[in-house]
Amino acid sequence: MLAKKSVLGLFPEGQEDMAADALDALREEGYTHSEYEIITGTPYPEGTFGEEEPKHTLFRWPLMGAACGFVVGLVLTSGTQLAYPLVTGGKPVLSIPPMSIIIYEGTMLGAIIFTVIGIVIESRLPRLFMGAYDERITEGYIGVAVTTDQDRVGKAEEVLKQVGAEEVKRGWES
Amino acid sequence: MLEHVQLDQKTINKDLLGGVLGTPSWWLPTVLFLTLVVFTGLGAFGYMMNKGLGVTGLNRPVFWGFFLVNFVFWIGISHAGIMISAILRLTQAEWRRPVTRAAEVMTVFSLMAALHTPLFHVGRPWRDFWVFPYDFARGVWPNVRSPFVWDPSAVMTYLIGSSLFVFIALIPDLAVVRDRAKNVWVKRLYSGLCLGWRGTPRQWKLQAVAGILLSALVLPVFVSVHSIVSWDFAVVIGVEGWHSTIFAPYFIIGAIHSGVSAVAMLMALGVWMWKLDKYIRPDHFDAIARLLIVVATTWFFFFFLEWVFALYTLEGPEIVLRELQVFQWPYSALFIVFIVTAYFIPVPMWMFKSVRRSAFWMLITTILVNVGMWLERFIIIIPGLLRRQPLTFDWGTYHPSIVEILIVAETFAFVALGMLLFSKLFPLIPLFDIKEGMTNRREFKIGRLTIPATVRE
Repeated sequence: MLAKKSVLGLFPEGQEDMAADALDALREEGYTHSEYEIITGTPYPEGTFGEEEPKHTLFRWPLMGAACGFVVGLVLTSGTQLAYPLVTGGKPVLSIPPMSIIIYEGTMLGAIIFTVIGIVIESRLPRLFMGAYDERITEGYIGVAVTTDQDRVGKAEEVLKQVGAEEVKRGWES
Repeated sequence: MLEHVQLDQKTINKDLLGGVLGTPSWWLPTVLFLTLVVFTGLGAFGYMMNKGLGVTGLNRPVFWGFFLVNFVFWIGISHAGIMISAILRLTQAEWRRPVTRAAEVMTVFSLMAALHTPLFHVGRPWRDFWVFPYDFARGVWPNVRSPFVWDPSAVMTYLIGSSLFVFIALIPDLAVVRDRAKNVWVKRLYSGLCLGWRGTPRQWKLQAVAGILLSALVLPVFVSVHSIVSWDFAVVIGVEGWHSTIFAPYFIIGAIHSGVSAVAMLMALGVWMWKLDKYIRPDHFDAIARLLIVVATTWFFFFFLEWVFALYTLEGPEIVLRELQVFQWPYSALFIVFIVTAYFIPVPMWMFKSVRRSAFWMLITTILVNVGMWLERFIIIIPGLLRRQPLTFDWGTYHPSIVEILIVAETFAFVALGMLLFSKLFPLIPLFDIKEGMTNRREFKIGRLTIPATVRE
């Protein structure tokens, strides 16, 4: 299998239309959405560049975490009290109101931790190799990166130049 | 926001990373002074550990003194930090942008400060870990019916949740620091911290969803934590004034009052110390002051209700407690200072537009609120315990010792030091949020007027 090569076109801040045109031109040349991506230093409203809407399943993560946290909280509170049945203040060993407090906190903690894990995984992080990237992107430049087969990367570079990219960089391999 | 300065991303980076990539001249002397106060407090703590709790002013019947007052105070401050951030995110309030990060970070350091004092207060802090279920060998487990097990579970949940919230919202800004750093080791450090963030539409979308989702998850924890703190009091048998049915919401709204004030105070300090006046505008102060008027008045309503419920029953011990709080020295003086600084000075002042839009007056009034709210906790805790027993020979008094005062001062220095160290490593205003606000801002003309407006998805 041939190694994939990347090319990055940089568009100055405020040239959102030009970056969107670059994506249109790439589509016309037969590049698929798995081959190109837009990289920005600030969040833009979805679809600004005509890019496909990213799909995610983040909403499942807190539910999974909450379920795990609930079970851990329940086992912890009931298990420890049954293992060490010390009666205090005439209250039952398994007293629902205080148990519910710990179970509630466990449920919420589980939901939060799983959500954070979900955010990291669904964002495709951590990423050891940056791939096509330029430090000017966090200064306002809009990057259009194309990662494709070695024999098609030249055409992508040409397209990016044609639509008016201020600079086109090559050199990443994956 | 009617007033704004339109800036490009390069300028925003330069302005908001000024404290990270450079060092303001006041920063080092302030950090050194605060470090000295922190170490003095820790020295006092070491002395207390060596000599025992006898070096404090705690004595029968007042076993909850400055330490617990301070605990409730810092829990309160911590609450509104994340609460204001979460609610403003959920409601997509435009003026949230420069405020959220500082509020969230203050929550984290306030929670750490809050944890100091009960850990010190127990007398034998090396056994603090007994609240965690760890001992599989002995089979001795914590008693979950005790509020002192509820507290650590709630506060730790909140601390972990808030810290993760701060971290997730920091990732895009860490990438900005990574790209601006000159030193190779600094670059590597921030590359690791930002997990290789690039800024793809997928990452931005998840960042937006994360803000909403984590806000929605942290808010119920925020409500539970201060409720549980109030139950530390409410479940104690035999202390007048601690059993009001409105204690949980009263504590929560008190926390919001002091916490939102602390956020406004931070905003004013940001303008004064970091020269962030291009980002924190008079409009932002105006918005938070309007919110404070509502919060303060709601808090005052709960305070009033608590007194009505206490006095309406005409129960002797309750009346005696209230008389002690209002008419006996030194509580009478503290009560007047509390009510005047927590409500009667700041709220009428916030009615004036010139005060609401002034960083200086907002700083003064919000400091006053927090002086008042610290005293509120003192007046709830100490007089209640003084007359805990019906037999007069069991009545007592309380004078904080220098050891307690130094430890309390340490918590204030700790929070300030934590914020300053954070500001040296990470931006206190979220860059990506500000940039998004600038990107989505447009101006349109109506007649002869040009009005700035924000486009929202």
